Amino acid sequence: MLKQEVRDMLVSIVGDDNLRDSQQDLIAYSYDATPNYQALPDAVIKPRNTKDVSEIVKVCNEYKIPIVPRGNATNLCAGTTPLEGGIVMIFTHMNQILELDEENLTVTVQPGIITLNMIEAVEAKGLFYPPDPSSMKISTIGGNINECSGGLRGLKYGVTRDYVIGLEFVMPNGDIVRTGGKLAKDVAGYDLTRLMVGSEGTLGIITEATLKLIPKPESKKTMLAMYNSLEAAGKTVSAIIANKIIPTTLEFLDQPTIQVVEDFAKIGLPTEVGAILLIEQDGPLEVVERDSNKIAEICEEGGAISVKIAETPEEGEALTTARRAALSALARLKPTTILEDATVPRSKIAEMVRAIEEIAERNNVRICTFGHAGDGNLHPTCMTDARDKEEMERVEKAFEEVFEKAIELGGTITGEHGVGVMKSPYLAWKIGETGVNAMLAIKQSFDPNNIMNPGKMFAKESRKRVVVQK
Amino acid sequence: MSNSKINRTNQIVKDFQEKMDYDELMNCMRCGFCLPSCPTYRETGGNEAASPRGRIAMMKAVVDGKMTPDEDFEKQLSLCLGCRACEPACPPGVKYGHLLEDAVDILQKNKKQSSSVKFLRGFLFDHLFPKKSNMITFTGLMWFYQKSGIQKFARATKLTRLVGKQMSAMERVLPDLPSPKQMKNRPTYVQPEGEVKKRVAFFSNCMMDTLFLDTNDSTLFLLKKAKCEVVIPEDQTCCGAILAHSGEKDKAKELAKKNIEAFEKENVDYIISNAGGCGALLAEYDHLLKDELDWLPRAKAFVRKVKDISEILYAVGLPEMELPPQIITYQDSCHLRNVMKTAAAPRKLLQSIKGVAYKEMVEADRCCGSAGTYNIIEQEMSMQILDHKMVKVLDTKATTIVTANPGCLLQMKLGIDREGYSNTMRGVHIVDLLAEAIKFSEEQKKNVLDKEGKKQPVNT
Ligand SMILES: Cc1cc2nc3c(=O)[nH]c(=O)nc-3n(C[C@H](O)[C@H](O)[C@H](O)COP(=O)(O)OP(=O)(O)OC[C@H]3O[C@@H](n4cnc5c(N)ncnc54)[C@H](O)[C@@H]3O)c2cc1C
Ligand code: SF4
Ligand code: SF4
Repeated sequence: MLKQEVRDMLVSIVGDDNLRDSQQDLIAYSYDATPNYQALPDAVIKPRNTKDVSEIVKVCNEYKIPIVPRGNATNLCAGTTPLEGGIVMIFTHMNQILELDEENLTVTVQPGIITLNMIEAVEAKGLFYPPDPSSMKISTIGGNINECSGGLRGLKYGVTRDYVIGLEFVMPNGDIVRTGGKLAKDVAGYDLTRLMVGSEGTLGIITEATLKLIPKPESKKTMLAMYNSLEAAGKTVSAIIANKIIPTTLEFLDQPTIQVVEDFAKIGLPTEVGAILLIEQDGPLEVVERDSNKIAEICEEGGAISVKIAETPEEGEALTTARRAALSALARLKPTTILEDATVPRSKIAEMVRAIEEIAERNNVRICTFGHAGDGNLHPTCMTDARDKEEMERVEKAFEEVFEKAIELGGTITGEHGVGVMKSPYLAWKIGETGVNAMLAIKQSFDPNNIMNPGKMFAKESRKRVVVQK
Repeated sequence: MSNSKINRTNQIVKDFQEKMDYDELMNCMRCGFCLPSCPTYRETGGNEAASPRGRIAMMKAVVDGKMTPDEDFEKQLSLCLGCRACEPACPPGVKYGHLLEDAVDILQKNKKQSSSVKFLRGFLFDHLFPKKSNMITFTGLMWFYQKSGIQKFARATKLTRLVGKQMSAMERVLPDLPSPKQMKNRPTYVQPEGEVKKRVAFFSNCMMDTLFLDTNDSTLFLLKKAKCEVVIPEDQTCCGAILAHSGEKDKAKELAKKNIEAFEKENVDYIISNAGGCGALLAEYDHLLKDELDWLPRAKAFVRKVKDISEILYAVGLPEMELPPQIITYQDSCHLRNVMKTAAAPRKLLQSIKGVAYKEMVEADRCCGSAGTYNIIEQEMSMQILDHKMVKVLDTKATTIVTANPGCLLQMKLGIDREGYSNTMRGVHIVDLLAEAIKFSEEQKKNVLDKEGKKQPVNT
């Protein structure tokens, strides 16, 4: 519970309606999409503008009250679970497009806008914002920026980071800072824009963002390649890229994932094959034609059982939409699905797939794998039941081995889902003690009172690295 | 808190722990994919507590002992339309409707009600819905009210206003009611001319066989045109939907058993319903009776046969249909779409009517706010949803709004009335429109023949 005087101060900033602390509100903002994490905040606050945000932050800073900024809580790293209580800040009042600049090809938005709503608005003007996380129907731009989210189009177009060119944010002391702008170039000082992208709400609160747009590609083609095994599919991924073709989308799904997705979406996916590659290319019609034919050839050479090209854009859309449901659809199989986000250099994809299969077997756990294969980003997902403590231990061990292997192959512990609480014990595995110290130094200078999303990113204790027995 | 209140709360928690399906609660992985589909989440400006994910989290929190089932909790469940739009959107396939039904049932059982509410519930759930004779008497009284001139008197003196704005508006949009005599002389068998393609049983539905008698007549007319032999079992009773959704599950189960008995006697290919709300419960009798093992196989056999009228008409085929030029649009019945998964058939049928332009409404799949008794209990939210719905309706420029469930039909009529378009727009049940289109087409053909007949030189 907030102290009465703090509560009064906050109410005087945002009004009675915008500070909620009844039991139902606390429960409703106690979780995110990460399994097994839940903690109650002391209140939920809805600022109406940047000034509100700044004033709220000043009060919290003075009274050392944690602030957890929250988009729509679809993150998978317990990033918005208010582990240390405090207030959850939501942006349902700050969800507008402020300006769509067709001359500079930029869009300026408030953090609470739903990703897909913004994408549709810019596409209506013939423009294109590529980062399209599977959760885009629900996720907010504020969340996307803070996790540096990727999507199905990441292979060709990059991730959120590559499109954020200007920000307005509120520092933990209440200062309002503006960075970047509608500029193609800008080297005025440290790149604070980039620092804020992926900062997971630990450095400040983003209140406005200017995003880069590009012209919408003229045409696109979607296809499915069927394989006997995920490893074979993984080899084709490296082959396509080695052939100097960069498709928009290069996703793969293993058999159990295909089955659950088909169960949900009912669009006629081939549930009997070992794995599929979902491939999309966009651009000028001739290029799309040429690339698609070449890709089909490479797939066949790589042992694809068959390759099917979607006949209509609607059919293609149905395929990508179905793919977006993969993670949640896997929850059909078991009560708890724990998903990881290990990423390796593209050329190592097949090797990583094989390693995951071995690790699952060794630890006697069930792991399904799908992911943004073209980005080297796998989502090995463990089907388990949080109530089974003994199995949960094996799951954890398996994932530690997955991280270990990913790093050994020159990869990382998380490609796009962020560190949050989930991966904080492993952060040092990737960047070393010195790396963690450098990050901590930034955190401490921005947020000396540690009020911004405390408990995230930096673990109280680091995990010892396991040594994988070969 | 008073002692009795504490006891009641403890009992609710205990019941939640014993009766809620914990696996189903766990099945929600909190991905949020359901949020955009939820009308109350949207209407509350994105309040998580008013979303499916939030409601499930609260139910689970009650079981986990993390939340006291307080008044807010009950209100939040009451605010839920039960439209189940969150279900087709949910990749793990959480059966939200079942969770809601169980939760409401527990809350209802532990309710201390004022004597007047108890009386009303008793009247509705023990006497009115389960017994067709009472439905007939009740509708008969209403009929008398309409025909006797009392209605005119009441309207002129604004007496109905006293009963509440909502009720008076509702009263204005009720159909012309059938007389008691009409309601009692219902057919029990219909034989088509010529070849018989299917043998079906018709679930005539308490509301439809009283308040909406014409619609049932249209249904039989269409089935006959589609060359279906129709039996209408006399022992059938109310489907139980209103009871199941009002926390009277045990009573709903009794009705389900009566219906299963009444229909299994008939050797039919399908059991046809013409109201999405009822059909959806019929289609889930297996779930309703899941704990009664001797009934379960019978319920499953029953469920396999349940089909909405539009599915069967589309599958079997209708004669040519035509109507004078007009724009028509279709508002889904939530339960028909989300539970029975019937969405394409009604649209295809409407598109096959000659002469009319079918215009798909944006968000036709979103609840209109009728939701059983919701528009009476949660008036404010219901009207807010309806007003937003009417904006989309008006965007289509349609003059005919087609629905597939009596509740939705009344709600759309109410919407038209509220917008002041009663003179230029109409709300119709799909079967009434299809029947009208067949008759119009037959008439057109007859006219052409007559004209040609006149042109023929008379043989002397
Ligand atoms: C089914 C499913 C599929 C997914 N697919 C993908 C995918 O393909 N690619 C991908 O990258 N991710 C994916 N995710 C993860 C997740 O959707 C993304 O991380 C998304 O960007 C989170 O957006 P959100 O609005 O829900 O943010 P939240 O989860 O609410 O917040 C995410 C982080 O941002 C911070 N934050 C939010 N708003 C602000 C603000 N205004 N200022 C400061 N900090 C803020 C929060 O504190 C938190 O640390 C998926 C998740 C699910 C459940
Ligand atoms: S879509 Fe299903 S699993 Fe996801 S939050 Fe909603 S109910 Fe839960
Ligand atoms: S049933 Fe309808 S109103 Fe209720 S939670 Fe689901 S979508 Fe929302």
